[in-house]
Amino acid sequence: MFGTFLCILRRDITLAMRRRTDILTTLFFFIIVASLFPLGVGSEKEILRFLGPGVVWVAALLASMLALERLFASDYADGTLEQMMLTPQPLSVLVLGKVCAHWLLTGLPLVLIAPLIGLQYGLEGQTLAVMAAALLVGTPVLSLVGSIGAALTLGLRGGGILLSLLVLPLYIPVLVYGSGAVTVSMIDLADVQPFMALLGAFLILALAFSPLATAAALRISVE
Amino acid sequence: MKFHWFHFSSPATFYGLAGRMIPWFLALALVTGVVALYWGFFETPDQLGGSNPQKEYYRIIFVHVGSAWMSMWLYLVLAGWSAFGLVFNTRLSYMMAVSVAPTGAIFTFLALFTGSFWGRPSWGTWWDWDPRLTSELILFFLYVGYLALHSAIDDARRADRASALLAIVGLVCVPIIFWSINCPDPNQCAALHQRSSMGSIDGNILFAMLALTFSFWMYSFATSFMRVRRIILEREAGTTWVNEQLEREAQT
Repeated sequence: MFGTFLCILRRDITLAMRRRTDILTTLFFFIIVASLFPLGVGSEKEILRFLGPGVVWVAALLASMLALERLFASDYADGTLEQMMLTPQPLSVLVLGKVCAHWLLTGLPLVLIAPLIGLQYGLEGQTLAVMAAALLVGTPVLSLVGSIGAALTLGLRGGGILLSLLVLPLYIPVLVYGSGAVTVSMIDLADVQPFMALLGAFLILALAFSPLATAAALRISVE
Repeated sequence: MKFHWFHFSSPATFYGLAGRMIPWFLALALVTGVVALYWGFFETPDQLGGSNPQKEYYRIIFVHVGSAWMSMWLYLVLAGWSAFGLVFNTRLSYMMAVSVAPTGAIFTFLALFTGSFWGRPSWGTWWDWDPRLTSELILFFLYVGYLALHSAIDDARRADRASALLAIVGLVCVPIIFWSINCPDPNQCAALHQRSSMGSIDGNILFAMLALTFSFWMYSFATSFMRVRRIILEREAGTTWVNEQLEREAQT
């Protein structure tokens, strides 16, 4: 079963590496959205430091949501998805492999670039580390939960807008505790622990249940 | 005749049953609604609380609490019918789920709307990011997402099953809303909604509140049954029984 997982993971990464612009567009979307806020609200240091955690998280949320559309779309278009569903391997494992590859390609770059964005907002040392850590735990949850929405809206007209309507409400807990961790770390680093513990709990729950839900959704969408 | 558990799960038999039950539910909703409003306006104290009393405007409570309860309950009903549909593969379950959703969304909106009007005189603000307000807003988004997904898919079977799955996934939010006021220490979390118990509410107020909630519940039954009858006719259009039914209704 682990072999299946690795096989899908390797395949998706190889495919994505052949078309690198797709990865970069998500990353640049994230950077542009985060850079627009100082232009809109003014560049006063205090305001920016106050807004920073929330803006970075909301930008990450939007970027990962926009990337979701491509999660199953190309495999659905050329029929690979149907072939995958016919294999004897459990569909949820295949889905988990695809979501992991998707996160490595779209989520991980965000996590790595986020400290740089944080610098633009005047965040410092520890806060940047906490932000990267919170994103590292939080963005996989976004990919996992989002995959359910991506599977449900597969091949629908206006799928992108609909996807945001379905998925964003479910992202709210991650947003609240993710940006909460960063805000709290500016005051006292010791207070970060409960926030990280909750994010970790979300990740474990999402890892356990969302591949099953996504597999069920795929079976509904492709039949 | 031997009773069969799935007798009324056939749209054809349920259509008639729902039609016979609608007037009863409507009458119950109307009677309890009038009683509850009378009681709420004329039989309850003019103000609430001690040092900083809430004056006449606290009477919003009768609509507000009832609709907030119904918003959560109807989501459970929606998810319940969705689960029934996915497990037993009965068409009627999905139709019930689809017809409950708009009523649920309306009650969620009503809870937010009346809460806002209550918040203005008592908290001094139309809106506050209190945990319960926020989670109720998320519930509203869930209803809207459900309805949007259902209407975006043309194939009825896929629409039913996809939105049913979405409803069940969204179920994780309902306990959060329900327990969002159970803040262990009021000094630490700035929640405007605080915990209270049924026993500490004045008997007359409690009666009016529960009666109006009951009225809302009956109203939900009536409207969902009306909606489900439309959906049944739409989905079964072209079958013999629908044509016969329509002819009979045209004659009377």
